[in-house]
Amino acid sequence: MATVRFTRHLQRFFPDLDVDGEAAAGATVAEVVRALDQRHPGLAGYLVDDAGRLRRHVNIFKDGHTLRDRHGLTDPVGPATELVVVQALSGG
Amino acid sequence: MVELMLGTRKGLVTLAEGSSGFRVRDVAFAGVPVEYAFCDPRTGARYAALEHGHWGPKLHRSDDWGATWRALPAPAYPEGERFRDHWTGQTKAAVLEHLWVVAPGGADQPGVLYAGTNPGGLFRSDDGGAAWRLIRGLWDHPSRLGVEGGRPGWFGGGRDTPGLHSIFVDPRDSRRVFVGVSCGGVFETRDGGETWASRNQRLPAPFLPDDEHDTGHDPHFVAPCPTAPDVLWQQNHVGVFRSADAGRSWVDVSEADGPVGFGFPIAPGDHPDVAWVVPAVSDEERAAVGGRLRVCRTEDGGATWQPLTRGLPQEGAFDLVYRHALDRDGERLAFGSTTGNVFLGRDGGDRWTCLGHHFPPVYSVRFARN
Repeated sequence: MATVRFTRHLQRFFPDLDVDGEAAAGATVAEVVRALDQRHPGLAGYLVDDAGRLRRHVNIFKDGHTLRDRHGLTDPVGPATELVVVQALSGG
Repeated sequence: MVELMLGTRKGLVTLAEGSSGFRVRDVAFAGVPVEYAFCDPRTGARYAALEHGHWGPKLHRSDDWGATWRALPAPAYPEGERFRDHWTGQTKAAVLEHLWVVAPGGADQPGVLYAGTNPGGLFRSDDGGAAWRLIRGLWDHPSRLGVEGGRPGWFGGGRDTPGLHSIFVDPRDSRRVFVGVSCGGVFETRDGGETWASRNQRLPAPFLPDDEHDTGHDPHFVAPCPTAPDVLWQQNHVGVFRSADAGRSWVDVSEADGPVGFGFPIAPGDHPDVAWVVPAVSDEERAAVGGRLRVCRTEDGGATWQPLTRGLPQEGAFDLVYRHALDRDGERLAFGSTTGNVFLGRDGGDRWTCLGHHFPPVYSVRFARN
């Protein structure tokens, strides 16, 4: 099971989300996102667009590194992987 | 009770009318841009289209007049759909970029909703927004993609991709639906969305290579006369137009020597000769004409226009009013501007009252009744 931490902004829309660390199964980042969406319906739509691409102002770090594949989220995930979901620091 | 729903850059602001006029009753989705919000007159349900900067467009519904909201699935483009990027000529994957407007179906189909989106898709729900499907008949219209190296298809105006912003159903026949696309034009279906015909004949479009183009036009907003549905009004990029034959032909009713020409919203009256617009400086400035904020009304089918200024700022005004930010309820009108001013007009706009100067930039204004 990978561990996924989230920006606190997402707790506003998903109050039950444990932003400090949710365990989720999957062999790739895309599978982990799908597993999280099962638990928190609609969450995937906040992270990826209709085509499954990471949204432009969203980033996922895998063990401290940016994903190689923002389009398909095919980066492999292991049991010790830590994913961190962040948003761009923009607004106004 | 009459309320005003303001879709603003900082949330959905609801004003309720009481003994002391309209006052802010509630702010929902604080901090989140709300592209469009309205109350469905058939069901009383309220809908809000959110435009999260980071998280994508979302749709929410309230069945208790805005006390609580629940998320609905936003329309999604089917896998593999493409649109042509007019500026590069390349085709790209179509995904929901903006949820620009949501509109009710006919009175005899209370579950039906339509959604207009970028990059140009029209979606329909048959269950009050629980599920959506792309209307293929319009999406597959040959004008949309154009021809590579040939006739241009639909393209973006203001935004990078084509957007569908106007949707209305003929009250005599719910299978008959009109839409407006920037840039594409006005289209009509008479069979519930299976087939579509363009309704842009003889409209000028000086930004296109020739006037023979049947599509590629830029209606900023299109709306029907509620009591005479064959009368359509269109605030276009290049002027104001009226049709007396359901869009088969259009008459330019812009002013030759006045401000009525460029603008975004248009509100038809109950009488087929009456309409209101809010002129702006075309096209590079996009602000109130001459620093004077005015609404213009015609009562003779567009032959003449009267400026309505009583209660509106007549110097130093930069207010621009977006296409969904003017609405009418009987003899009253309301509009909001990008400068965060909201005005209520009485007696058909003869007298205006400011409901607040300090709102966020206003994207949409719609009357609602509980």
